[in-house]
Amino acid sequence: MLRSLRGLVCHSLKLERGCALHTAHRDGLSSVSSPEKPRAVFHTSESDPAKHTEQHEGRLYNIPLEEVNAVFPHGLPHRFQQQIRTFNEARVMVRRPALELLGYLKGSNFRHPAVRYVIYGERGTGKTMTLCHVVHYCSRQGWLVLHIPDAHLWVKNCRELLQSSYNKDRLDQPLQASAWLKNFKASNERFLQEIKTQKKYMWGKRESTEEGRPLREVVEQGLARARSASDAVGVLLRELKLQSHRGSFRLLVAVDGVNALWGRTTLRKEDKSPVCPEELTLVHNLRKMLRNDWSGGAIVTTLSQTGSLFKPSSAYTPQQLLGKEGFDALDPFVPIPVPNYSPSEFESCYGYYLERKWLQHEKAHTEDGKAELQFLSGSNPRQLDRLAGPL
Amino acid sequence: MPAVEREMCSARKTLRLICTTTPVQRKNAGASGPEKYTEAFIKKQIEEFNLGKRHLANMMGEDPETFTQEDIDRAIAYLFPSGLFDEQARPLMKHPNEVFPEQRKIQWGEDGRPFHFLFYTGKQSYYSLMHETYEKLLNVQKHQDQLMAQDIPLQKEKRNLAGSRWLTKIELEEMLVEKVSDDDYSRFIQLLQKLVALPCADIEDKYIQKFSKEVPVQLQKVVIEPLQYDERGVAFSTGEGKRKTASATAVVYDNGTGKITVNGIDILHYFPVLQDREQLLFPFQFLGRIGKHDAVCTVSGGGRSAQAGAIRLATAKALRSFVTEKEVEFMRQAGLLTVDPRVKERKKPGQEGPRRKFTWKKR
Repeated sequence: MLRSLRGLVCHSLKLERGCALHTAHRDGLSSVSSPEKPRAVFHTSESDPAKHTEQHEGRLYNIPLEEVNAVFPHGLPHRFQQQIRTFNEARVMVRRPALELLGYLKGSNFRHPAVRYVIYGERGTGKTMTLCHVVHYCSRQGWLVLHIPDAHLWVKNCRELLQSSYNKDRLDQPLQASAWLKNFKASNERFLQEIKTQKKYMWGKRESTEEGRPLREVVEQGLARARSASDAVGVLLRELKLQSHRGSFRLLVAVDGVNALWGRTTLRKEDKSPVCPEELTLVHNLRKMLRNDWSGGAIVTTLSQTGSLFKPSSAYTPQQLLGKEGFDALDPFVPIPVPNYSPSEFESCYGYYLERKWLQHEKAHTEDGKAELQFLSGSNPRQLDRLAGPL
Repeated sequence: MPAVEREMCSARKTLRLICTTTPVQRKNAGASGPEKYTEAFIKKQIEEFNLGKRHLANMMGEDPETFTQEDIDRAIAYLFPSGLFDEQARPLMKHPNEVFPEQRKIQWGEDGRPFHFLFYTGKQSYYSLMHETYEKLLNVQKHQDQLMAQDIPLQKEKRNLAGSRWLTKIELEEMLVEKVSDDDYSRFIQLLQKLVALPCADIEDKYIQKFSKEVPVQLQKVVIEPLQYDERGVAFSTGEGKRKTASATAVVYDNGTGKITVNGIDILHYFPVLQDREQLLFPFQFLGRIGKHDAVCTVSGGGRSAQAGAIRLATAKALRSFVTEKEVEFMRQAGLLTVDPRVKERKKPGQEGPRRKFTWKKR
């Protein structure tokens, strides 16, 4: 009732000021009749992230759908995947933090130890999307991308925990490991063929992988035998780390929600005692990967409060989310803050929604509607997305 | 008196009591109305009051001649301190005219004969008032006839009735110390209006003024504070608002970007719920000034909805200084400037909550 009253009185005020209603109507019509003009402002046809510069800032670029399936079998945020299915295209906004990161990556010397980048920011500001942008760039450039979509999935809600055969103290997670291996295989087929193992690995008493076999066999072994999946992951990581400095390929380690590796878990052993993250094979191996004792690539990580355990919702800085242990382990790193939308970015996002007819409400097309959306969402990308949904 | 029936029997004498009429004859306390005070009783009370006033003045060491009612109240409050919450339950000492309600003193003498000739109409003061007023009317008409006979032109000055109103029914009842029905009241007012309509009614002006009252001066106009300027030269204005138990103060600055801070925290974090942010948006959206002002607010008490409502009221009040009077009137009509009077209703005994009754069990 309040809304309708507000609408009525606003209308009456507007009529006094001289029929802004008509102008709004006219604007709506013009945007429908000439779709090319606004498209040029918000969109860019440059779909190679390598060529993105500051002039593309605030614009959305298209990723062809086949590439999306190839590069991102996992890793895109759930809502973004829904948006891809709705709009039938994947449009990612080019933002300053991503451009900054790409600049660092382009200029980094791969003989030096891998530099660690930590993307942090408040909830819903676009950290995962920035990470995905970087992953897309690296895959276009031909790097080997080790993308862990959400490290939090490895420390909570695990049904099966097996005692590791390799090390009695550690625990395996066959389900998570095999799911990840499947997605990894989908995105990095050709590398798995080229890279060869350097050591013989025994999977239990009878199965083994000889030296010099392609890594694909390791992956397939892990997929076939769920028991040894976590060990397969460990082997994979070790091999990649050892071989990356040779220079035949560049390695990108992209971890989303890296603060899960140094927090607490919700898992319990059979005697109901809590599990520390170190006791999980996957986490242990990943931690070794994140140490900067190898060269020939880069490590890009994201902090995430959303899936984190036992952390207050207002925490977003690296210190708060990583804790002392994590911070020391990741130190030194390059922090990259991701802020809310700037006014121009907000404009382009709003324009995109309008153009795709996502905003159906008649008031949403007006200037006032835009100001209202900006106010209510606080220029936060996630809030804007949620607000625009029912409209 | 108990009725005793003696059944005279030839052989023996028996007494049989029929049910006694004592409970029937016993005076029902509430039936006859409040007890009536005689004039002598009231006079005695007044003498006692004055005497008591002088004694009290002596006790307090003040001058008995210049001892006012306020002094009496203070003295009583000092001598008999009371912790009771209800003001009317505390000890008081006031003039008997204020203590004893205005009532009819007994209208008849010792011989039973009433004083007033219209006593047996039942509404003696009303009818006597109507008689008087009609007498005045006839007077005026006679005067008018005299003037017409002398060919003097009649003055047709209309009394200004705009700033005055007639007595209300309740005020008339108080004046006459008796109940007046709606019909009687309307007839009286019609008679007065007829009297006033006559051209020469100025003669009886004094009589008419007894029944008319000045309409109070226009309602208090709320003063809108002017804009203040801080050291950077930016105009700002403050406002306060309350809702349920929450109270808020807002400082609205000009030349802003639409950022609002509550207790040092951005509204996106302080009010995660969309509804609260919509409430904050409403004053700005109504005036069409969404991205033009910054606001810094402090709020305490209440819950999240109450705090949002309090801040909304505070920002609306602060925005009045930036806006024309017409828009202030629009805001008032939209309900942006009214304090929401709804508070939590009290729980009553015998019920589970303010309205909910206990579960009704058939047996």
